[in-house]
Amino acid sequence: MEFLWCLVVGLMTACGVFLMLERHIVRFLFGMILVSNAINLAIFVAGRLTRGNPPLIASDALLPAAGYANPLPQALILTAIVIGFGLLLFTLLLAYRAIKEFGTADMDKMQHAETEQ
Amino acid sequence: MTHWLLVMPVFIPLLTATACAFSFRARALSSVISWSGALANLCIALLLIQQVISQGLQVTAFGDWQAPFGIVFVADLLSASMVLITAIIGVAIVLYSTTDLRSKPFYGIYHSLIHALLAGVMGSFLTGDIFNLYVFFEVMLITSFGLMVLNANKQQVDAAVKYVVLNLISTMVFLLAIGLLYGATGTLNMADLHAKVPLLPDTTMMLISGLFLFGFAIKASAFPVFSWLPASYHHLPSAIVALYAALLTKVGVYALIRVFTIVFDLVDSGYQPLLIVIAGLTMLTGVLGAASQFHIKRILSFHIISQIGYMLMGLAIYTPLAITGAIFYIIHHIIVKANLFLIGGFLQRRQGSDNLRELGGAYRSMPWLALLFLIPAFSLAGFPPLSGFWGKFLVIKASLQTDAYLLAATALFVGLMTIYSMTKIWAEAFWKPLPDNAAAPIPLTRMENCLYIVPIAALAVLTILIGLLVEPIYQLAEVSATNLLNPQPYINAVLGSDSTAYSTLTIPSAPAGGTQP
Repeated sequence: MEFLWCLVVGLMTACGVFLMLERHIVRFLFGMILVSNAINLAIFVAGRLTRGNPPLIASDALLPAAGYANPLPQALILTAIVIGFGLLLFTLLLAYRAIKEFGTADMDKMQHAETEQ
Repeated sequence: MTHWLLVMPVFIPLLTATACAFSFRARALSSVISWSGALANLCIALLLIQQVISQGLQVTAFGDWQAPFGIVFVADLLSASMVLITAIIGVAIVLYSTTDLRSKPFYGIYHSLIHALLAGVMGSFLTGDIFNLYVFFEVMLITSFGLMVLNANKQQVDAAVKYVVLNLISTMVFLLAIGLLYGATGTLNMADLHAKVPLLPDTTMMLISGLFLFGFAIKASAFPVFSWLPASYHHLPSAIVALYAALLTKVGVYALIRVFTIVFDLVDSGYQPLLIVIAGLTMLTGVLGAASQFHIKRILSFHIISQIGYMLMGLAIYTPLAITGAIFYIIHHIIVKANLFLIGGFLQRRQGSDNLRELGGAYRSMPWLALLFLIPAFSLAGFPPLSGFWGKFLVIKASLQTDAYLLAATALFVGLMTIYSMTKIWAEAFWKPLPDNAAAPIPLTRMENCLYIVPIAALAVLTILIGLLVEPIYQLAEVSATNLLNPQPYINAVLGSDSTAYSTLTIPSAPAGGTQP
């Protein structure tokens, strides 16, 4: 199971990196989405894929009963997804503004920062 | 137990940021809120460092979930002094931006984002949990994105594209490194990691530490991956670029120092030779890039890179003296670099340009500003007895002790080239007469002049003080460095004195809790 997920992560990263190497800013964005999701999956797999009970602690116990699944990777991924979503939204708007401002989505043609003021 | 003093440096800026965001239409009100927030933070930072010096390491666990399971904030001497420096810069920048950003729309939003950025920086310095470090990096990153595109013109949008794209790559690599580290060790607490990382196979350690090195190197703008910095900094408003120059890259360096001493041992990770090369090339490319520029902000931006090289050099040599030097250098550099950008911004405000060809005559019209420029400029170049001299002296002495002669020679040569750039700014902006085609200086009111000069003068005085009272700051850096290289007190404080119980644990096949059914 882990091996299959590793393949998926690898494939997604490869596609993402390929897209990120494009000059078109929107394709770069798509690549970024793929890679950041691949990384989320990687965290998930790194936390080991186990079948387990929900990690709920009974009201009179200090620890959950044995055989619970590790909840931490989910917590990490949830945080990473929220942050990633915020960043993605910002980048999307920035790309939109850049395309409107420069009339092109080609990052090679975006050289305005180097001109004299 | 949650110690309020440790949480305040993050909480106060966040509170101030919220208040400023709600009052952004009222310029006077948001200024007052912003000032009081920055000053309150400075007081807290002073209290914190006082407490750390008198009582040793301070630790607080959120929600009383003890380490290594809960998230902890740890203030050792290094964290506390970085928090203090950040708070000082915060006050200076907030004062300066009161006049520098006055005419901009969304004035209060600038203050709001400045404080949110400070919260991210403070959190990065204080946290003892590596995933929490990622979260605070993101706070810092997203607010810096916001400041970059606020009221952006065409050039700023273009600069922001480069800044955002390259920093996102660093973020993703950092996150991946954290995920893999967790998968390999089953913990995210830095003190706990210190015990568990040496048990990893060499290849795993090399892979994960390599990812950390790459991610943080982008943040710190080290040699092959610094291009986002000179591509984006020079079009920002002066107050903002001073804030970025002082803090953002230094957080990257801080993270490198923290991770490659407490979590990974730099020597064991196998990246020491690489980091030495990176440090040398970072210094060299930065200073050569600066030599070819003719705008104050662009020259200074490239100098950030070359100065980062000195700090990395301290880390790369990895002796107590070298790390002392690196820490001393960070403290000195934050103040000096911010000050230089503030002065550049003042000149730009008066002449409407930071192009050296259109500047001139500042020595005649403002001899006091010329004096104030000379202090950080000479300090940056490393003239005794100013602060930069001691920082350079320490790292170069450490490199000579370890027979890294080429590195020492590079550092000295880069110092010389720094003088070249600084004299270029001096000769063009201050010494030569104002060119005929230049616009007449924009007259500023007494109040505006005052608000520009007070932070500049205060930082210049601090630079002189660091240079003259070098002994206490050297000791502070030395104790910090010793604690980084022998982190047992740090670990005892975080994990409790029975920390051996954790360190003798062998790594489970599945991380803690993930037991097989």
